[in-house]
Amino acid sequence: MPYEFLEHESDIGIRAWDRTLERTFVQGGKALFDIMVDLKKVKKKTSVDISCEARDIPALFVEWLNKLLTQSDLKKTVFKDFKVESIEPFGYDVYRLKGTAFGEKIDPKKHSVRTEVKAATYFGLKYEFRDGSHYLQCVVDV
Amino acid sequence: MSIELKQISELVWEIPRSGEMLVPGRIYADRGLIKHLVDDVSRGKEWNALVQIRNVACLPGIQKASLAMADIHPGYGFAIGAIGAFDTQDGVISVAGVGFDCNCGVRTLKTGLTRDDLKGKEENLANELFRTVPAGIGSEGRIKLSKNEINDVLVKGARFAVERGYGTPGDLIFTEEEGCVNGADPDTVSDEAKRRGSSQIGTLGSGNHYLEVQAVEEIFDEDSARVFGLFRGQVLISIHCGSRALGHQIGMDYLKTLESASRRYDIPVRERELVCAPFKSEEGRRYFKAVNCGINAAFANRQVIAHLTRKALRSALGVNEGTVTTLYDVGHNTAKTEKHKVDGVEKQLIVHRKGATRAFGPGRPEVPSAYRAVGQPVLVGGTMGTRSYILHGTQKGMDETFGTSIHGAGRISSRESAKKRWRGKDLVAQLKERGIIIKGHSLSGVAEEAPGAYKDVAQVVDVVHNAGIAERVAMTVPLISVKG
Repeated sequence: MPYEFLEHESDIGIRAWDRTLERTFVQGGKALFDIMVDLKKVKKKTSVDISCEARDIPALFVEWLNKLLTQSDLKKTVFKDFKVESIEPFGYDVYRLKGTAFGEKIDPKKHSVRTEVKAATYFGLKYEFRDGSHYLQCVVDV
Repeated sequence: MSIELKQISELVWEIPRSGEMLVPGRIYADRGLIKHLVDDVSRGKEWNALVQIRNVACLPGIQKASLAMADIHPGYGFAIGAIGAFDTQDGVISVAGVGFDCNCGVRTLKTGLTRDDLKGKEENLANELFRTVPAGIGSEGRIKLSKNEINDVLVKGARFAVERGYGTPGDLIFTEEEGCVNGADPDTVSDEAKRRGSSQIGTLGSGNHYLEVQAVEEIFDEDSARVFGLFRGQVLISIHCGSRALGHQIGMDYLKTLESASRRYDIPVRERELVCAPFKSEEGRRYFKAVNCGINAAFANRQVIAHLTRKALRSALGVNEGTVTTLYDVGHNTAKTEKHKVDGVEKQLIVHRKGATRAFGPGRPEVPSAYRAVGQPVLVGGTMGTRSYILHGTQKGMDETFGTSIHGAGRISSRESAKKRWRGKDLVAQLKERGIIIKGHSLSGVAEEAPGAYKDVAQVVDVVHNAGIAERVAMTVPLISVKG
């Protein structure tokens, strides 16, 4: 499981990693929804296209997670898997992401709902490349 | 890593001004509570409250001190239990000083019932409340608002709800700001935020939010209790929640705005979540207008939940709704413009209270006239297994902490470690043995909120009482707790 939760008294830190930056964003999405529901009980029935931008990679990570939360709430859908097609620089200090989130309409009983995440924050935000993997982390407000 | 800490009186500790700090840090705590904070630093824990207090002390325009209450624990950017007051002329406004759950707070309702009146009917009432008040992830309220109506909520706050028949004008009198802050501009709130808010009015949410039926166990100050209309054995109902997804989205949207503002105005940011904008700048003004919208949304939310609670009391116990009145409703995640004296000079400040409750003292015009001689009620939520407190504000609090006090017990261990240590099912059973009924939408959510994951609320209350910044009036014990 290339993500883990980090100890924080009131909220939760998430750290995701993988061989490519795109895959690391996917892991971050999984960590986010793992806080809220039992991912094993969610099926991939619908998909939502996500695009977002930010001035650097760490901020793009937060933006991606927040976009997922917004879409999940608006569409009353929980996500279990993600595809990040591209993360590319666009002009001066802008990075753009294009991706898709897969899941199904929320059913609190079936999905064993846990705690709602309010937002991803810039706190504890870190991006590192080491030992051939991209690591991204931040604290999310629950 | 080490942080210098100086004891300046029995219950007040100071991080002396040094380096980029513009003011000292000041913490209200006893030795035990302070030791916990210091141990975090000496163990090299990266995310610790003392560093957060110090970072806030570096933000432009901060007045007097970067303050922390006895329930302080690590947050994001600002610690939880932190107060940052900035000059409106040359100070800043920050998303982290408000938090994503704008105007999260507590409303406490009074009933004419006593604990004995509930005997044998607790389970019935618990089920009725659980059914009537939507809670948990994915829950929706029964009121669906059009775009125009949601704009009305953002401008009118709890007044919107009362005009629709959800509550009484009396509720407004006993709500902070009479349930509606001025300066809310719906144009500063994104369509996404409004769409997310359109079906969530009257919902509790999840996490540490709750609706709790309580009994007054102890009265500490008979005169103030009489003024507040409290008596021993009385059944109260406390509602803890905020502005829901609408507020979360405002925070997400403005975190980006304020990040570019920080760069534009060249504000030194020691920690990225502390991005901020000058209060007087275009970005700062827009964020403040949006915060006011979020504050009003939360007031409306708690107003509708109060109405649903009355309905549940009527159907479960036959209680006349008119006998259920509001003691007070107060937020603990806010930014507000207020007048305070700083070094003898009255100044207009933007006061951020992040997990800290306004606690205005006697005589302040903001306190409802019926309570003005005593001071504002301060509602302190405990845990589902312990106790909650009702305090009143004091002049000393006005002088020392911009009229602010604690908001709860304060967490001491993380949600992850709580889940490893306690099981939701076992907790529900243990509390039942003690006569406390827990109704939760999520058992793992219950485990995260285990009473053992919090500081001792009595110890935290003792600190503010003995420091004189708020004084004890009454203590309540939980009977029923509905969790998201």
